[in-house]
Amino acid sequence: MSAATTRDAHDDAHHDDHHHHGPEPGVMRWVYTTNHKDIGTLYLVFSFLMLLLGGLLALGIRTELWSPGLQFVEPDFFNQLTTMHALIMVFGAIMPATVGFANWMVPLMIGAPDMALPRLNNWSFWLLPFAFALLISTFFMEGGAPAAGWTLYAPLVLQGGANLPFAIFAIHLMGIASVMGAINIIVTILNMRAPGMTLLKMPLFIWTWLITAFLLVAAMPVFAGAVTMLLTDKFFGTSFFDAAGGGDPVLFQHIFWFFGHPEVYIMILPSFGIVSQVIPTFARKPLFGYESMVYATASIAFLSFIVWAHHMFTVGMPLAGELFFMYTTMLIAVPTGVKVFNWVATMWRGSMTFETPMLYAIAFVILFTLGGFSGLMLAIVPSDFQYHDTYFVVAHFHYVLVTGSLFGIFAGVYYWLPKWTGNMYDERLGKWHFWLSTIFVNILFFPQHFLGLAGMPRRVPDYAVQFADWNMVSSIGGFGFGLSQLLFAWIVLQCCRGGKQATAEVWDGSDGLEWTVPSPAPYHTFETPPAVR
Amino acid sequence: MVTAAPIARANRRLTLRLLAVTAAMFGFGYALVPLYDIVCDLTGIGGRTGIISEATATTRAVDASRVVKVQFVATVNSGLRWEFEGPETPLEVHPGKVYEASFSASNRSKRPVVAQAVPSVTPVGAAAHFNKIECFCFTRQRLEPGETRAMPVRFVVGKEIPRRIGTLTLAYTFFEAEPASASAARRAAASDGIGANG
Repeated sequence: MSAATTRDAHDDAHHDDHHHHGPEPGVMRWVYTTNHKDIGTLYLVFSFLMLLLGGLLALGIRTELWSPGLQFVEPDFFNQLTTMHALIMVFGAIMPATVGFANWMVPLMIGAPDMALPRLNNWSFWLLPFAFALLISTFFMEGGAPAAGWTLYAPLVLQGGANLPFAIFAIHLMGIASVMGAINIIVTILNMRAPGMTLLKMPLFIWTWLITAFLLVAAMPVFAGAVTMLLTDKFFGTSFFDAAGGGDPVLFQHIFWFFGHPEVYIMILPSFGIVSQVIPTFARKPLFGYESMVYATASIAFLSFIVWAHHMFTVGMPLAGELFFMYTTMLIAVPTGVKVFNWVATMWRGSMTFETPMLYAIAFVILFTLGGFSGLMLAIVPSDFQYHDTYFVVAHFHYVLVTGSLFGIFAGVYYWLPKWTGNMYDERLGKWHFWLSTIFVNILFFPQHFLGLAGMPRRVPDYAVQFADWNMVSSIGGFGFGLSQLLFAWIVLQCCRGGKQATAEVWDGSDGLEWTVPSPAPYHTFETPPAVR
Repeated sequence: MVTAAPIARANRRLTLRLLAVTAAMFGFGYALVPLYDIVCDLTGIGGRTGIISEATATTRAVDASRVVKVQFVATVNSGLRWEFEGPETPLEVHPGKVYEASFSASNRSKRPVVAQAVPSVTPVGAAAHFNKIECFCFTRQRLEPGETRAMPVRFVVGKEIPRRIGTLTLAYTFFEAEPASASAARRAAASDGIGANG
């Protein structure tokens, strides 16, 4: 970011007069709160709980896949595990975590006193626990949880039991929550910036979230429409996807992926933003190619709306269609390459230090790029026919989602935790968490490339014996990675309780408005807008 | 610095605009349904076949120099207790000439059943050149318990069918149009417009 910032001298004095504006005591503080920092914390805590739950389901999957044959679960329950793991991780862990970051950091980074629509903000968050209570309750229903995959393909999903309406209403609630959150973020960024902070002086995290929020507003309602069609097909006699009534099941795939592809960028762009804040701080250089980063992010967002059919090359498409979707998909590699180049160029000849956030950011750049390369392989139509629905796809999207989105989130947590809590986290344990996570996540997902290339299909509870060795390796990685996250919980908890006092700047090379307020950030900040030069 | 009131007004205006975008995108999701139909009809994706009248078909010139092999597939959707068969041997046809193939269906259940056949033509690109003059799939078929009926289809393969297509497959799947559930009437009513794709 190029904006030089000054510390607002009035800030501290101002707050002494406003003690009655502090947080309400007791639990009800969290229910009634309209404070962006409280709501950010709620989002982050909620998403971590969902990460643990989704991780538990994943460990169920890896336990069953430890060796060939059916050991622990029935095939139908296995399908419930994969479906619910994905739904919970996508909508419960990654998305709310990034919204938590937006709530905490957007007002602090643009010099606004709070989000633009604080009450809406409270409601957006509090819809989520209800949505996930509905979704998780399906495990205890007759017929169990949804088992048709998170993509909810018709007609398979329509053959499920009582879970369908619950899952659909849960998705509606999550959708309403995330669209309202996105609207709030757009309004905050566009209307509430401190005077002098022009659009091209905004930190890159703000840019990536602004674009993410537009993606949410454009894509989530389409998904809401798609699941509503499923609902009316099942219960109200419509035939959107029912061939007997003149509908077409392939139509569902088109509508789903019209939402689904922007969705993957909704999950990764905020992490792009976090990494673009972290790397300049620890390389002690301004971000290389700031403007090209902004344009690259916007191009990725635009392209994400015209590539959806690459998820369904094998449904039977005219050659011209396959070529179109293949080339547009490969085109995404260009702006993404610009970003990776800029991150590397930022580090080039920087005075780098390797604190935990920086380690996660570097791992993000390397491993996300790796996931991007396997994505390019999948973009090529003839090879996609070979890889489609194999573990290669599973390996690909876990590299971009776990070592991409999630590692970006980890980097952000370590980066801003001292600002949130006022204490430094334990750097030694943070490094342990990093190395354990990075080693185990590769043991977990790298062998899945081999499995997929060798032909192991995804979403199967049992497999041919030649896949046994790499599956066992992958399961070992899974347990290692899962258990490492308990260390993360411990580190964060310790940091909240106490530790070395953090300074306002926290990091040597920190730059931006959020570092001009004391650590921990006071309950109310920037009630008088800061000056941005 | 702007004072609080104009900001609140600007926030409200922008929020309403974004809500309008949200509503429009929800509508767009539904608009994809007819859009998809249009694209499918234009390109022949999804195996949708065309309809022409007997009069148009017979006035067309026949390309006797070309032979296209037409194969038939007959399937019954699970849940429908019918037997359904098509011609076992492929038909060799000249583009532009009218042919008739006869399928046969019988109701093996103990109740009268109304069912709808849904056609599909492969490979991609062939469907647009496969035109039907008369077909049992144009209307719903009702069979009494144990009743067997011949189900003819009169068709003509268009002369413009691409040279690369030497064989095409015409597949029919019978779906029960009136399941014995509470939503039967609604479902039947919803599927009334079905002939258009037949």
